[in-house]
Amino acid sequence: MALIVDFAVQGAQMLLVLLLAPLLTGLVRRVKARFLRRRGPPLIQPYRDLMRLMRKDVVLAENASWLFRVIPYLVFAATWVAASLVPTFRTGLLFSWSADLIAIIALLGSARFFQALAGLDVGTSFGGIGSSREVMIASLAEPAMIMVVFTLALIAGSTQLSTMAGYMLSPEVGLRVSLGLAALALIMVAIAENARIPVDNPATHLELTMVHEAMVLEYSGRHLALIDLSASLKLLLYVSLIACLFSPWGLARPDAGAEALAIGTVSYLVKLAVGGVLLAIFETSIAKMRVFRVPEFLGAALMLGLLATLLLFVSRSL
Amino acid sequence: MTATLALSCTAVLLAVAPLAIIIGRSSSATPVVYGLCLVASVVAFVAAVVHLLGASVQVRVTLPLGLPWLGAHFRIDELSAFFLAVVNLGAFAASLFALGYGRHEDAPSRVLPFYPAFLAGMNLVVLADDAFTFLVSWEFMSLSSWALVMAHHRDPDNLRAGYVYLIMASFGTLALLLTFGLLAGPDGGYAFADIRNEQPSAPLAALVLILTLVGAGSKAGLVPLHAWLPLAHPAAPSHVSALMSGVMTKVAVYGFVRIVFDLVGPPAWWWSMVVLALGGITAVMGVLYALMQHDLKRLLAYHTVENIGIIFIGLGLALAFKAHGMAFAAALAMTAALLHVFNHSVFKALLFFGSGAVLTATGERDMEHLGGLIHRMPQTAFVFLVGCAAISALPPLNGFVSEWLTFQAILLSPQLPSWGLKLLVPGVGALLALSAALAAACFVKAFGITFLGRPRTPVAARAHETDRLSLAAMFFLAALCLVAGILPGLFIDALAPVVQAFVGARMPVQIGVDWLSIVPIAESRSSYNGLLVFLFMVISGSLAAAAIHRLASDRLRRAPPWDCGYPDPSPVTQYSASSFAQPIRRVFGTVVFRAREHGAMPPPGDQRPARFEVELRDPIWDALYAPIAIAVGFAADRLNRLQFLTIRQFLSLVFAALVILLLVLAIWP
Amino acid sequence: MRGISFDIAHMLAGTLLLLSFLQLYQDRLYALLNVFALHALALALSVAWQAYVQDAPHLYVTALIALVFKAVIIPVALHRIIVRLGIHREIEKVVGVGTAMLVGMGLVALSMVVMLRVTAEADPLAREDLAFALSVVLLGLLMMVTRRNAVSQVVGFMSLENGLVLAATGAKGMPLVVEISVAFSVLIAFIVIGIFLFRIRERFDTVDVQALDTRRGERQ
Repeated sequence: MALIVDFAVQGAQMLLVLLLAPLLTGLVRRVKARFLRRRGPPLIQPYRDLMRLMRKDVVLAENASWLFRVIPYLVFAATWVAASLVPTFRTGLLFSWSADLIAIIALLGSARFFQALAGLDVGTSFGGIGSSREVMIASLAEPAMIMVVFTLALIAGSTQLSTMAGYMLSPEVGLRVSLGLAALALIMVAIAENARIPVDNPATHLELTMVHEAMVLEYSGRHLALIDLSASLKLLLYVSLIACLFSPWGLARPDAGAEALAIGTVSYLVKLAVGGVLLAIFETSIAKMRVFRVPEFLGAALMLGLLATLLLFVSRSL
Repeated sequence: MTATLALSCTAVLLAVAPLAIIIGRSSSATPVVYGLCLVASVVAFVAAVVHLLGASVQVRVTLPLGLPWLGAHFRIDELSAFFLAVVNLGAFAASLFALGYGRHEDAPSRVLPFYPAFLAGMNLVVLADDAFTFLVSWEFMSLSSWALVMAHHRDPDNLRAGYVYLIMASFGTLALLLTFGLLAGPDGGYAFADIRNEQPSAPLAALVLILTLVGAGSKAGLVPLHAWLPLAHPAAPSHVSALMSGVMTKVAVYGFVRIVFDLVGPPAWWWSMVVLALGGITAVMGVLYALMQHDLKRLLAYHTVENIGIIFIGLGLALAFKAHGMAFAAALAMTAALLHVFNHSVFKALLFFGSGAVLTATGERDMEHLGGLIHRMPQTAFVFLVGCAAISALPPLNGFVSEWLTFQAILLSPQLPSWGLKLLVPGVGALLALSAALAAACFVKAFGITFLGRPRTPVAARAHETDRLSLAAMFFLAALCLVAGILPGLFIDALAPVVQAFVGARMPVQIGVDWLSIVPIAESRSSYNGLLVFLFMVISGSLAAAAIHRLASDRLRRAPPWDCGYPDPSPVTQYSASSFAQPIRRVFGTVVFRAREHGAMPPPGDQRPARFEVELRDPIWDALYAPIAIAVGFAADRLNRLQFLTIRQFLSLVFAALVILLLVLAIWP
Repeated sequence: MRGISFDIAHMLAGTLLLLSFLQLYQDRLYALLNVFALHALALALSVAWQAYVQDAPHLYVTALIALVFKAVIIPVALHRIIVRLGIHREIEKVVGVGTAMLVGMGLVALSMVVMLRVTAEADPLAREDLAFALSVVLLGLLMMVTRRNAVSQVVGFMSLENGLVLAATGAKGMPLVVEISVAFSVLIAFIVIGIFLFRIRERFDTVDVQALDTRRGERQ
């Protein structure tokens, strides 16, 4: 019986992240538009965009290979599997032991690997720009993320996300300097990985400012729909990660009843909304950095993560 | 029994070498030689695996060769069995590949005799049980691989590569000679069993560590002794490069493990700091060098340096835990290192085979002259992609498993009591994460520029697929990458006897864990299930594809590339290897390599092409090798004057030597 | 012993350290002054919290001095002087940001090692606060050494002094903290004035006020 409930919860989580991802993107866009004194698109516009793209023909470049056609599905699969393993309304997901936080980051890394290959496939210079800048950003963002994982794992005593979330819920955690540094580093990495201002502009059409958009320039139709959905899923994943690790209040425990699950779902939706609004405010209030300031930004995130880990190595109470 | 079987296979290999000389001219020489090597390696591999999984009896064989009072001792224990398996797996794959690839060799008589000798040398090093046999086999391995490097001797780059290789190999053997001399002590018991009973004092043991790092490390490719590796590995024929990078470096790791973990006795804790620091620096420097290359084989060779760094990080952690008595954590670290030894030999061999296939198909090693090969060589491209994904540590393949285990070992290290390690290990962890991310960047470049895009030269546009035997070897290795990634528990359990013998503990038994996960420490702490991750990805990808194709649309049409409305017909405008690496070169290369870019644009209206030059300086070559070379040259010039003395001066030299020896004899107590 | 009060003290000390790193990262003068104002604010909060925890009302005065003088008056005054004297607004650095941050990390590691070994018998949580304070001092020195701009060197000196005040308040029962901090602040005021007198003299070859009078703009 408990197994069936666990299965149901895991399945519900997988569907929930898939359904909510475009809504979060829609919310961020709308709040940004409002701050810029525009009316903004409706909240459900991303769903309409995805439906429209799915029904269109795919226009493929003449020299695109089979890899180009397979990559959107690979990227989507990797991102969806990763997003399904981040606790949203309940900790203790059924398959959480199959991939811990390091594996989740590596799954996102493999999505990025194939995305960068897709940029190089057609042989245009835009794709090359996107891919080369993306791997430069990744080469600093991923180590920073790993240092954040180290910090969290040393504090919580495990690399499993469900165990970490459970530990953060318990009263033993306390206000720790390393946690503060890790939170800051995680936010910086999340901004970089999701191609948000100040690292990259998700709405740009100028080559000088493109990173992610340049890699997917040649995609169209259902392929583009999948890639957009994967990008929204990745944003949802990072917001959920920050929420479950640094503001875990409201997360239901593994043995909770229906009422706690409902509270968990509501609090998750509230956290997503708050995260989306904060992201929109942050993006509107800051300018995009020059491309070669991004390594300094991410280098600072890496240093923060390293400092947090070092403090934990040196003294367990920090 | 297994030892005699392994020795007989080695004897067969040694016999094939002169056979290759005899039948060298005939057209059937290539298949015969490689076929015999294939059979011998398969038998040796099976023997090694049987010993590793089943028998725990250490079998010893003594042959009446070599030094008269010593004989030649051979022994197969758990460590030898594991490395024997790695060596012979690589040998099997290389021989299978060479059955197809060797047909395109233009100087087979320069390659065929030395190939079996090389294989035999590597097997003998792993089987050796006394210092003399070890050193002789080590030199034999180096010399036969040198001969293979010089196979295409008309190319001046290869000549230089062979020269540097010979110098570094001799230097490494000298260091190992001194090591064994120190270990054997003044009484001179060279058999490993005698050496194990002698416990050297702490300063001597420290000296042994340094000399082993120099000797075995230079063969493995530790920075700063790596300079020969990126010159020599690309110069050899591709199947030999695969063996040198994938297998010979592992034989060097075997030498290190044998001496430091077995022969020298209990380690001091500060040794791990040296090994960890060297490992971390090697990992990052190796991948940064690799990113700056546009020669495919040289990129792969530099990348071997990075992976050796990762292995040494694991070994350093194992040393740290062992020195502080934390046997369980040491087992985890050592398993991670040894698993990476196996994984790297598999995917590096696969990648070198791929580059060999590209070389045969196009005659080019330079990525900037390739491109679009995925359309002309689809199967080679597929297996090369699997190799790239494996080496970038992407789940669900095998590279991720060993990296994950290394991270878990790093997470156990706050329990280490010493301050130096507490400050060093987080830094090394950051270096490891940085090198992993940069490796992914490197292989996006390697695969993307070579296989994707549009062909940059006519030879790339005319490439053809490789023959079936080479493809079979590559598919075999790719399948092994997937299996080792999905079922890592099997390999971890196979390594358990090795680890148990050398650190006194082992990782928990993985076979019985639910759903075939691996649990390095405890279920509550962390676990990973490669099979489930693979299944989830396959299921969700297929589900998405099926749903979309059924419910939405599956129409497709072809058109010219969009390129923002300004498609450029010339393939030269797409990104090249150096342009792809430019952001990373600017971020890391300006500091590490003093990278400078010079662009010369002609004035408007002038039809001359613009010039773009990138200048990189190798800091280690400038700081270490060049001064030594200058000093040696200077000393040699000075000493050269000894050739031009008069007869009277020669006679006075002899007289002075005689007088000094007599004085020494008089004064010596 | 192990409670929320010590956690808050640690968090505030950690924030001070983080702001020191952030000062190292800046390459524009106005942003540096803003970060320094935050630094002084964090110091004021930290001292006020220590006053609350240790029940030492004289520390409230120190907090107030830090808040008014260093978080408000000095940054505003420096801002106006920069505008008036037209000082170059980008900070030239001797070493790049990455190298400075790496060296900063090394200094933090060094101060942790030193503090945790030297004060082996003391209360463990106070030791960590002292280690943070020493790190802030060292980072302030690093800033002074790696910057070519006089204003940023003054800011480095002031953040160094913030670290010293943090250390002094962390150690319970140090007398004369208020007097010492007032004295330091006056010292800093003199240094700032001195630097700008040098600049004035460079620009106009004199600091004689009467001679400067003739250069005033609106005089007919």
